[in-house]
Amino acid sequence: MDFSSDPELESIAREAENLASAFDDDYWSEHDEKKQFPWDFYRAFAEQGWMGIAIPEKYGGAGLGVLHAGTLLHTVAGSAGAMNAASTLHLSIFGMGPVIHHGSEALKEKVLPPTARGDLHTSFGVTEDDAGTDTSRIRTAARRDGDRWIVNGKKVWNTKAQQCQKILLLARTTPRDECARRFDGLTLFLADLDPDHVEIREIPKMGRNAVNSNEVFLRDLPVSNEDVVGEVGRGFYHLLDGINPERIMVAAEAVGIGLRAIDKAVAYAKERIVFDRPIGQNQAVAHPLGDSYSELQAADLLWKHAAWTYDRGLPAGGLTNMAKLRCADAGFRACDRALQTFGGFGYAREFHVERYWREARLMRLAPISQEMALNFVTEHVLGLPRSY
Amino acid sequence: MKVLVCLKQVPHSDARLDIRDDGAWIKDDGVKFEINSYDTYALEQALRVKDAGEAEVVVVSIGPDRVTQALRTALGMGADRAVHVNDPEAEGSDPLGVAKILAAVAAEESPDLILTGFMSEDGNFAAVPPMVARLQGIPSATAVVQCEISDSSVRVERELEGGAMEVVDLEMPCLIALQTGANQVRYASLKGIMQAKKKPVDAKTVADLGLAGQVGASAVKVVIEKIYRPDKGEGAEMLEGSTGEVVSQLVGKIKELGLL
Repeated sequence: MDFSSDPELESIAREAENLASAFDDDYWSEHDEKKQFPWDFYRAFAEQGWMGIAIPEKYGGAGLGVLHAGTLLHTVAGSAGAMNAASTLHLSIFGMGPVIHHGSEALKEKVLPPTARGDLHTSFGVTEDDAGTDTSRIRTAARRDGDRWIVNGKKVWNTKAQQCQKILLLARTTPRDECARRFDGLTLFLADLDPDHVEIREIPKMGRNAVNSNEVFLRDLPVSNEDVVGEVGRGFYHLLDGINPERIMVAAEAVGIGLRAIDKAVAYAKERIVFDRPIGQNQAVAHPLGDSYSELQAADLLWKHAAWTYDRGLPAGGLTNMAKLRCADAGFRACDRALQTFGGFGYAREFHVERYWREARLMRLAPISQEMALNFVTEHVLGLPRSY
Repeated sequence: MKVLVCLKQVPHSDARLDIRDDGAWIKDDGVKFEINSYDTYALEQALRVKDAGEAEVVVVSIGPDRVTQALRTALGMGADRAVHVNDPEAEGSDPLGVAKILAAVAAEESPDLILTGFMSEDGNFAAVPPMVARLQGIPSATAVVQCEISDSSVRVERELEGGAMEVVDLEMPCLIALQTGANQVRYASLKGIMQAKKKPVDAKTVADLGLAGQVGASAVKVVIEKIYRPDKGEGAEMLEGSTGEVVSQLVGKIKELGLL
């Protein structure tokens, strides 16, 4: 066991923090309130090459793994931008995983260099209203039409779709009841968000409003055969190379946002004087902060363990879901306790912790609910009977 | 052209600082550090010389292991190599001690141009740059807000008192100490960070530089007796409440005094 610091990871965290710190709480508060996509922030990171962190060097990226990308996103989520900032970047980072691992050479050459440069934005199109987490029951379907495919259906919770040119789309290409296994017969496409065939509607939501979430309606959307990612009918399995990194990165982000909230709360608890003493001198204020800080440190080790395992090509599903579970809980609890530390001011927008709180709440729901993460752990790690 | 950039690592501008028990300096345990912001303008200036033509940019810093972070950042931004004077014997040096060390490094490197910040944000002496120049026997200009660098000379614009400016020409080798805001400082790119891993950081001791016994706490001529936070003055009134409340109270006070 070696816990000594890794200079490369330290450098990534330090330089990402330097860059992110140019965008303060007021910048993010304003973008959140006005629902404005933070282009300045995005371009600043894209210009320094951060979008290509996990893209192979051959295609213009840095060729680093989930541990490095997680370190970047952990740092960004720990900046004033919290989840808004992390979500601005993380789709371009994990979303191309299936293309990197399973896409054709031609497809990689076409889409990976512009993604690494930050010019190509891709939304992730998996979730549907009628299927939820039961991905095998998605209703979006693609049928062959000569050398192309025609896709019809609807996706939901498509992050950043308003800014995206493409969507990584999972569609059924063989009816479920004709497949040997329920996850067979699904195909992954990297489709254009062609406005003639696609309608995007924003979903008004509780937080993280600088980055939109959408419903995407697909009507006779043509997709060329070259834009099929991997094998026809194997899309779900290819998708796992996006889903697991996404969960690990979200876990890393949850710890980042939690640490920022604790940092703010500790500073406030030292400075805020009530009854002639700093409120942090009261154990009822201090202990929850100490407790959350130690929870975050424990959770931090778990996502790093999951990332390290994934990057080595070892089975990482169990660790990934456990990390997502623990980090999301620790992150939200930290934000909630920070808000409580601020008392009434915690509820005021001026102090920003309410924004962190709203955003951290999302981590317990997305990209997968805590309950579904637990189902994975009980079934696949503990070997208990499947409950659903 | 060879450019030597002197960097100091100072406590981060957001760091909450406590005074050491002996009262002579701050506690630096657990404090976050960053590159002195004045020095980042010096580094940027050097990198612009490199961008414009052939130049080697060498960065030098003095301090414990943590200083490696500052040097790595500089290498990530584009500097070619680093010299790290990492020696407990250098600790506690006064400005002259620091200047001797930097001048000794400059003597080994023989740069055409030495770039530094005008002063450090922690010590605020603004003494080291001219001392380095004097020890090296080269011309220098401080408080520089703009410089045009050619092959063998530098034309600088420097700040004088009362808002006046001065234009000075210096022959190389020379030392230029930059004011903040002299340029737009770049960030390290991811590519730069990856390349920085392979760039050399040359560790040196005081003895390596031939300065044993001449620098550090035992050789100081300037002693910091104590640092302290000034007491709150008499008659100061703290306004409390939200920003809006404080502003309206303040406006009320100004009106009360007949100033508005």
